Amino acid sequence: MTRATLPDSLGHFGPYGGRYVPEVLMSPLEELEEAYRAARLDPAFESELRGLLHHYAGRPTALYFASHLTEILKGAQIWLKREDLLHTGAHKINNCLGQILLARRMGKRRIIAETGAGQHGVATATVCALFGLECVVYMGEEDMRRQRLNVFRMRLLGATVTPVANGSRTLKDAISEAMRDWVTNVATTHYLLGSALGAHPYPMMVRDFHKVIGEETRAQALEQIGRLPDALFACVGGGSNAIGMFAPFVGDSSVQLIGVEAGGRGEKLGEHAARFSGGSPGVLHGTFSYLLQDEEGQVGMTHSVSAGLDYPSIGPEHAWLHDEKRSEYTSASDADALEAAKTLAQTEGIIPALESSHAVAEAIRRAPAQAGKVFVVNLSGRGDKDIDIYRENMPELDV
Amino acid sequence: MEMVQTATRIGNLFAARRAEGRKVFIAYLTAGDPTPAHTASLVLALERGGADLIELGVPFSDPIADGPVIQRASYRALEAGATLAGLLETVKEIRRHSEIPLLLFSYLNPLMRHGFGNLAREAAETGIDGVLLTDLSVEEAAEPVKRLREHSLDTVFLAAPTSSERRLRLVAEHSSGFIYLVSRTGVTGQQASLSSAIAPLVERIRPLTDLPLAVGFGIGRPDQVAEAARLADAVVVGSAIVQFVETHGKSPDLATELEVFTRGLTAPLRTS
Ligand SMILES: Cc1ncc(COP(=O)(O)O)c(C=O)c1O
Repeated sequence: MTRATLPDSLGHFGPYGGRYVPEVLMSPLEELEEAYRAARLDPAFESELRGLLHHYAGRPTALYFASHLTEILKGAQIWLKREDLLHTGAHKINNCLGQILLARRMGKRRIIAETGAGQHGVATATVCALFGLECVVYMGEEDMRRQRLNVFRMRLLGATVTPVANGSRTLKDAISEAMRDWVTNVATTHYLLGSALGAHPYPMMVRDFHKVIGEETRAQALEQIGRLPDALFACVGGGSNAIGMFAPFVGDSSVQLIGVEAGGRGEKLGEHAARFSGGSPGVLHGTFSYLLQDEEGQVGMTHSVSAGLDYPSIGPEHAWLHDEKRSEYTSASDADALEAAKTLAQTEGIIPALESSHAVAEAIRRAPAQAGKVFVVNLSGRGDKDIDIYRENMPELDV
Repeated sequence: MEMVQTATRIGNLFAARRAEGRKVFIAYLTAGDPTPAHTASLVLALERGGADLIELGVPFSDPIADGPVIQRASYRALEAGATLAGLLETVKEIRRHSEIPLLLFSYLNPLMRHGFGNLAREAAETGIDGVLLTDLSVEEAAEPVKRLREHSLDTVFLAAPTSSERRLRLVAEHSSGFIYLVSRTGVTGQQASLSSAIAPLVERIRPLTDLPLAVGFGIGRPDQVAEAARLADAVVVGSAIVQFVETHGKSPDLATELEVFTRGLTAPLRTS
């Protein structure tokens, strides 16, 4: 299968991906790719990364059978891949550990990152604290407001959180600002991008660092269930937890891959972040992929109750998997996600991140009609950071 | 890359200035700022002030290579209803009064959305002379360059202090009209002093191409214009002009004031 070797040497997944950045960043991206490829061939790099993932981050994470939820739905078995149990509370740490080792190899002393929900920012601040590197995290003002707890966590970890007041004051604008910083300080600075987005080699590299999610799931399913799952569910912001889960299963045609985008509160441009149903191919932040945009090619506004999914573009490998019809993309609304979070909390005693709740919602929606099937939901993060939003939206519980 | 080119306004300009022993002044203006109705008169004011070539910036919602001044101009222009179709109308208006070379300066997405086949034809018909795309790497440029060249539009690419030797060659191969040297690693915006990266960059790229070399990013005062002109064939001033438009945007005499301001910037090139 050719997909296994994607992207091509210029970072293309079919027509998508590539490198669309100012010339200033082109040679640095080439150097980053070279350093990355060399690192992956170095057994010392691999063993240090594996050691950190195990002893520091807590891998492998459990594949947990949600028997009570399954019982209520009376359909497909629902299993949860517990990335929420990782150190810092989300899958993001997998990629951060990989990239920080790479930055150290490259002699970069300063790390910058963007964050939406704050989980990537927290994971970046964490690995910078661990390795004694300077850390600056860009975050939209709107996201700082709604993910206040994570802003404080980053500061407690020694990072500088820089508010971004441009545009929609969310993830998109934080990435733009991080790119401006990188253009300016590229000699000393590594941009620790937090999703399977951006210019080559980021989509490939971030995918590879998260592939461990799918690899573990595959082995655990064979051992615990005795067969491969029938369907995998993952929420898709930029697409890192989803591609990490999907990648090792792409060659298994019996396994359905289902990405869940943010349906927000309506179908109009500006009310959601459903790039496949509402967008069209375009270039943003260094990559060619599906993009929410107007007829002038101006990037559209987005809305989601979940800051981590509130972004107008999507990782280019997802665009390719979509066009190839290898994976399927759908969306869950704000309301569906909130309801799913409550259901999971009250049936399994697990409070999911709002992002992950979108994947849970889709699995809940499909399960009743699919008795006998095995679903695995990537539970990408835990819900502590979202408690304020859950409180606001569940006044009946906040008496 | 085929380098067969018919004579263009840009090529003619550089040839004429070279023959006179003078350097070229390039002015950047965000099209549609403060409103689309201002743009034609501001371009003509820049020309009267001594600008030789105008870069018309296409406003974009996410200008990642720009500092705060040009970001704000982009947002103002979009807020005021700037569109690509409107910009092409403005070019027609400019062409009723002036033959000044016009270079469209844009992020890729708005032009991609319009379609490069359409854009190239309409741009050539209305009197645009070339296109520079900030976030189009030479690796991804085959299709756009082909379309633009089919309509005799020049394609200007950026070279940067970080560009490897191999990349400088590619940039030179894909460029026509001139090559734009980014004076430093960073976003657009004025700087206290001229970047020390310019001279080494000129030295590295000069042996690779016969095309004229323009330097830009961070040049905003007459003394900086004079200094940069000693190193290259052309000097670009962007943020300083855009900042002037912002500061004086509400003035009824904006065009005249911009003309006077521009005359100050171009003075060192007239006297040298
Ligand atoms: C818990 C969690 N899941 C998912 C996402 C979405 O990102 P991605 O699509 O890259 O996995 C985020 C982003 O902030 C997150 O915090």
